[in-house]
Amino acid sequence: MTAPAGQSRPHIRVELLSNPIYLSGARELVGTVAKRLGFDDLDCSKIALAVDEALCNVIRHGYGRALDRPIWISIWPLEHDGAAEGIRIAIEDEAKQVDPSQMQGRSLTDIKPGGLGVHIIREVMDEATYEKREGGVGMRLTLVKRAPRPSEPGVITEAASRAVQSTRPQAR
Amino acid sequence: MGDTEIVSVNTEAHEGAVIVSPQGDVDMSRSPVLRQTLHDVQSRKPRRMVVNLESVDYMDSSGLATLVEAMRAAKSGDTKMVLCGMNDKVRAIFEIARLHHFFTIVESVDQAVSA
Repeated sequence: MTAPAGQSRPHIRVELLSNPIYLSGARELVGTVAKRLGFDDLDCSKIALAVDEALCNVIRHGYGRALDRPIWISIWPLEHDGAAEGIRIAIEDEAKQVDPSQMQGRSLTDIKPGGLGVHIIREVMDEATYEKREGGVGMRLTLVKRAPRPSEPGVITEAASRAVQSTRPQAR
Repeated sequence: MGDTEIVSVNTEAHEGAVIVSPQGDVDMSRSPVLRQTLHDVQSRKPRRMVVNLESVDYMDSSGLATLVEAMRAAKSGDTKMVLCGMNDKVRAIFEIARLHHFFTIVESVDQAVSA
């Protein structure tokens, strides 16, 4: 497995403000990249959903619905021996740090509005890891989804190089 | 900026039912428009309310929460609430949240007005 989050340069890194009107753009970005990395339409939609829910949680709970706070989305393709293996996505913020063990979805036995985001994220993705960012400010959620089917060797690298506009992350 | 204006929610009466037809993505920025529309419709205490989702390409948990809230109000207000027209992507989130059994879900508007 290559490109663990935080240890190599992401293939994509974008910054957006915590305004819900940008959710559709974030979903479009993530869904389009996932498609190029070999996921089918339904999985692309689910990956975009997980990212949407993560961003909503940052906006709603991390930033208290403030519209002008930063959120970063980083994306790495995963490959093993040149074969497509999936996608890794990190979502970072500058919100107040919380104990990662508290980031649990609520029980679904009680039918009520709200509180479904973390459950959806954990249900949709193969891995979802919350951690405190370095420096004492902000949280990081790292999501991993493995490709459901084998792909031709080199597809990931070639597709990623065509589809991805790499931007150098800024030191924070 | 007012992204919520992009959302279109049409309502019409059909064989005694009120049909609410949101269009576009129902996410955190847009679900308040649907929530307000459903609230307005329910304040008229219709016998049946159909939410036609055939023009909804995407829904997140805020959309789900809006529909759960409306379903609770419908049950307490003696309104039959039925969902129809879901695509596979929208249906998937209902299943992920284990809510597909909480709602009455049918394929078409015709089925919804008689379900």
